[in-house]
Amino acid sequence: MSSEEKKLYTVSIYTENNVGLLNRISAIFQRRHINIESINTSISEIEGVSRWTIVVKVTEPQIQKIIGQIEKQVDVIRAYYHMDEETIYQECCLFKIQSDLFFEDPNIQKIISASNVRIVTVEREFFVLEKAGRRSEIESLYQQLKPFGIMQFVRSARIAITKESLNISPLLTAFQA
Amino acid sequence: MELQTVTQTKTSKATKTHMAGSEAVVHCLLAEGVETVYGYPGGAIMPVYDEFYKYQDQLQHILTRHEQGATHAAQGYARISGKVGVAIATSGPGATNLITGIADAMIDSTPMVCITGQVGAHLLGTDAFQETDIIGISTPVTKWNYQITKASEIPEIFAKAFYIAQSGRPGPVLIDITKNAQFESFDFAYEKCSAIRSYHPVPQCDPNALQEAADLINNAKKPFIVWGQGVILGKAEEELKTMVEKTGVPAAWTILGASAIPTAHPLNVGMVGMHGNYAPNILTNECDVLIAIGMRFDDRVTGDLNTYAKQAKIIHFEIDPAEINKNVPVDVAVLGDAKTTLSELIPLLQPNEHTAWRQRFTELQAVEQEKVIQNDLFPTKEGLTMGEVMLAINKESEGKAAIVSDVGQHQMIACRYAEFNETRSNITSGGLGTMGFALPAAIGAKMAAPEREVIAVIGDGGYQMTIQELGTIFQNRTPVKIVVLNNEFLGMVRQWQQLFFEKRYASTEMTNPDFVSIAKGYHIEADRVTKREELHEAVRDMIQFEGPYFLEVCVEKEDNVFPMIPSGASVSDIRLE
Repeated sequence: MSSEEKKLYTVSIYTENNVGLLNRISAIFQRRHINIESINTSISEIEGVSRWTIVVKVTEPQIQKIIGQIEKQVDVIRAYYHMDEETIYQECCLFKIQSDLFFEDPNIQKIISASNVRIVTVEREFFVLEKAGRRSEIESLYQQLKPFGIMQFVRSARIAITKESLNISPLLTAFQA
Repeated sequence: MELQTVTQTKTSKATKTHMAGSEAVVHCLLAEGVETVYGYPGGAIMPVYDEFYKYQDQLQHILTRHEQGATHAAQGYARISGKVGVAIATSGPGATNLITGIADAMIDSTPMVCITGQVGAHLLGTDAFQETDIIGISTPVTKWNYQITKASEIPEIFAKAFYIAQSGRPGPVLIDITKNAQFESFDFAYEKCSAIRSYHPVPQCDPNALQEAADLINNAKKPFIVWGQGVILGKAEEELKTMVEKTGVPAAWTILGASAIPTAHPLNVGMVGMHGNYAPNILTNECDVLIAIGMRFDDRVTGDLNTYAKQAKIIHFEIDPAEINKNVPVDVAVLGDAKTTLSELIPLLQPNEHTAWRQRFTELQAVEQEKVIQNDLFPTKEGLTMGEVMLAINKESEGKAAIVSDVGQHQMIACRYAEFNETRSNITSGGLGTMGFALPAAIGAKMAAPEREVIAVIGDGGYQMTIQELGTIFQNRTPVKIVVLNNEFLGMVRQWQQLFFEKRYASTEMTNPDFVSIAKGYHIEADRVTKREELHEAVRDMIQFEGPYFLEVCVEKEDNVFPMIPSGASVSDIRLE
């Protein structure tokens, strides 16, 4: 059955910026034994309103029920779920690599110029590269840099913007009226 | 907090008075119309208790013997009255002892506000004496919770708490107040909360869905209603009765929906679920339209979902959108408060009788009468049955009592056989199944409705989980009637052991104390019945007695509750023996 097939869903949530909400949201996943692939919270386009981006691998009936449970929380303004193709999404990563390689190995220079990587800083001991993009691009860069010795690597959660309009502002404006 | 006031909630400023946070707590409670709070003092909540002392002529504080008792008393208070129950405790163990009651209120949608003291804000996170992360602990079992660390937050948070607890689908809210916030002085002003921008307690009803529902009901040959507590919480009892009488649709209830329509109403066809009645369970899988009203398709109601009402179109009247399609996929969802949606539905419905279809219920009821009910209520064997005790209670109370039951065999028997003539008469722990609920819940129920006869019906197991609340009854002379049905077993577990674990009675046999002596130790009038011929008189004496009364009835040790849908089986596989 196709509805039972697990897929990657991006959950976008608009919430009040109140203490303790992270526990409340994460408990909804934890209680159902669902592992969160990535989670990000930030400000949104609306002042005082937080935007959450959570990625989970579940079935469609599961994600529908989860959205219901999330929206039920008093401090949640609205929650949505989307498939990859319905969003513009990015992850960001940082690589810390030994400085001498940067100056001595031309291959590193080639990789940097070919893969849209930003050099964040060059210190005496190390330099730091930043790459934003899809998971596959980041993974490919990781594989290319791995032979040179990566001192540290970190990748951020997915952040996503939806192609459809989410109309949160009118909702909040209606409340103020 | 200023930000919250301006943007998140709708309140307006009233006149300000300078006072301490602790006094403000009392003023908030009074402003919300609270008359009684249940609780237990301790270090971190002492400033508030000091104010309780000063305001004792306006606000009654009932000292329970354990914080769990305070929550159940608050629940009993809320369940019988529809008002918000309030429980209060200190930090640490006081707060954690509230959790069972809070979880119970959450799953049974009971409006409750719990207040806990907390160590001073400067000590948070230092593992201070009696510090516990009660916000973290209570988050999954509260509708909302908040930690107040500044006195100035008190009015707005209390206003939000009471609004959230009782609006939409009700539930428990916890407010944790650090000790410094109780001591701090500030300019107090209180305004009730009327809206929160992120919270939509009652969803809008879609007129198209309502029409679709009406069309399905009007065209149905074998329609069947299952109602739940949503009818009671939404004060829609009259609307449900009108709907049922206009359409002639047989209606059954979930355990928490009991008493919304009188037991004897000709269209009330009994209880659904694991130990519900035979006819409504069997006919769930024969009806062509299943109309669910204010219920949530709990697994104890549905049995195996893969064989639950698959032949029927399903209409779900529900206030909580998260319940739609949660367990059972529905054909039509009518969102909204039951009173509103049913009022709007009734004019769209055509009168009907459904005589032949109702006859099916009568036929199956006769089967259950012969195989189960007759033996439960009019036993010919020597040992007393729980059923005949309920029958005696019905008779001697003239069907007017509010029955507060605990959890287990006696609970199922009480729900099956209690005669209800008034709404909010069945107070029990449904979703969580909390043993120990009944005794303290009966205290709260009696205090909220002193004019009603409140009878706690409890098993010998559950009774001993909160037996210390006899002290609360004694101290307050709360005239509750307590009936313990003593079979010297954890009866429901023993029944399962008999049926599914080849009679291996692991840790279910109870060696009990002398319950009558214990009650008398608390100076509570008490009696014990062991013979059938003593039963009615003993129950009559209990009901006629002015003041609290304890009655132990020694019943047959190894009786089973039937009908029964074995766990995970289909409603069609309901067993009569």
